[in-house]
Amino acid sequence: MDAIVAEDLRKRYKSVEALDGVSFAVREGEVFGLLGPNGAGKSTSVRVLTTLTKPDSGRASVAGEDVVAHPQRVRSAIGYVAQDSGVDWEATGRENLLLQGRIHGMRGPSLKARVDELLGLVGMEDAADRVARGYSGGMKRRLDIAIGLVHRPRVLFLDEPTTGLDPEARAALWVEVDRLAAEQQLTILLTTHYLEEADRLAERVAIVSRGRIVVEGRPDELKAGLRGDSVTVELAEASGRADEAAAIVGAFEGATETAVEGAQLRTRVANGAQAIPGILSALDARGIPVASVTTARPSLDDVYLHYTGRDFSAEDAAG
Amino acid sequence: MRELARHTGWMVVRQSRNLMREPIWIAMMVIQPLIWLLLYGQLFSRVPSLRGGASSYVEFLTPGIVCMNAFFGGTWAGMAMISDLDRHVVDRFLAAPASRVAIVLSQVIRAGITAILQALLLLAVGYALGVRVHGGVAGWLVVLAASSLLAMVFAGFSNGIALLVRKEASMIATANFVGLPLMFLSSILLGTALMPGWIGSIARFNPVNWGVEAARNAVVTGGAWWTSGQFLLFLLAAAAATTAFATWTFRAYQRSI
Repeated sequence: MDAIVAEDLRKRYKSVEALDGVSFAVREGEVFGLLGPNGAGKSTSVRVLTTLTKPDSGRASVAGEDVVAHPQRVRSAIGYVAQDSGVDWEATGRENLLLQGRIHGMRGPSLKARVDELLGLVGMEDAADRVARGYSGGMKRRLDIAIGLVHRPRVLFLDEPTTGLDPEARAALWVEVDRLAAEQQLTILLTTHYLEEADRLAERVAIVSRGRIVVEGRPDELKAGLRGDSVTVELAEASGRADEAAAIVGAFEGATETAVEGAQLRTRVANGAQAIPGILSALDARGIPVASVTTARPSLDDVYLHYTGRDFSAEDAAG
Repeated sequence: MRELARHTGWMVVRQSRNLMREPIWIAMMVIQPLIWLLLYGQLFSRVPSLRGGASSYVEFLTPGIVCMNAFFGGTWAGMAMISDLDRHVVDRFLAAPASRVAIVLSQVIRAGITAILQALLLLAVGYALGVRVHGGVAGWLVVLAASSLLAMVFAGFSNGIALLVRKEASMIATANFVGLPLMFLSSILLGTALMPGWIGSIARFNPVNWGVEAARNAVVTGGAWWTSGQFLLFLLAAAAATTAFATWTFRAYQRSI
């Protein structure tokens, strides 16, 4: 059975088409990643699925319940860790958890025991009775996750869980999510604008761009779907010769998807290591100086570029 | 209904506990009303005509300060809502099966409880200054009811505004804009008989004045129960109306996310 089903979801905010027909399905027990730059429609999708926002049209169900027809049932079945922490700063970690449990109808000793268990799970026993104002960003995030789990939800939504965390806290959270996915019988929907995060955590990803899902699949499948390695050439100067260089590189045998981005040009060839000497000497013959050249196995970055025709990091910075 | 009561109760506990952790807030809640009582009480104590039938100006003033304090407190109640919106606590509750009405109602009730505690403090200090509640136990109850209802009327209004503007600066501006005029358009400092006619006419429609009149009847006159009862009913209706306004703006907020 599918734990999450979204069918042709549409949502418009004033002049912005936030969701332009989003459809996807997440299997029970799966970790599914919605990947895309800021403003692509990931968070709006999550807000629809967590009943915070009503879609203009389309249909969605979570844990078998329709999000519009039976929002209360959906709310009881899900945990939601929002992009921005929902921790009550003036309350202690334990108080935050107890209140959330009570809202979910939990009581007495079983609630207390569950809260203790969660505090242990996220490694916060020592900080449990301190006011959350003093917590670090990573601790608040771990508390957010514990809050989302207090009622043993069947589906957990993690909206940009590591945004704003330092690399160390991010790595720690990744381990946390891995463990949750393995230990608990949980379906996790994760949104992220970090390609490496989706690659690392999600069993399947859907790439979202401008309110639509452009491609969906396992990260390795998506990468394998791209033929060959990427080659990135950084020209020494932005002398307006990038287009000329692109024409030279693009004419290379087997080179596809050649694109120019400032003084950087990218292409895809069957074997990067073999192609580089030829590319370098061809550019050298025309007197175009090269600052650096790199080759890489396909990444989700390349998948994004391949399916949207746009560079992920440039899109994200603009968004 | 039981769920609404339970959720409201927990959220009142949450907000009260959060406030109890702010020593400065507690100090202000205690010191500010006392300053008003002692300062104004001294300032006008030599003017016998201001007493409006009370045995001293401070006796006349105490029920007024109780009400002033309650409604000022109410006008600021929306700040807690803005803080909860900013910290995304509200969204967290919304994605959980929390009672929607409880999220708003708890803020209003919390303001009412704070006002009752402050009224008790002011009455106790007033007692030390020789102020006697001539209405006895019923008089005390009327003062407490007037102060809590008044706080709730303005807390409902304040939360409604908070949910519309969603910014602290706009909230502060509104609270200031509403607070001082309503104070001077009431008989807090000065009996209705001494007001210019037009202010007296406006004051009749000022909820702050309903509270002050009821509380003053209870303290100074120790009677006029029927009139006080009417004022309390007006306040109850006004509190229901402003709370309804706040729940309506809360729906507007939900639609905007």
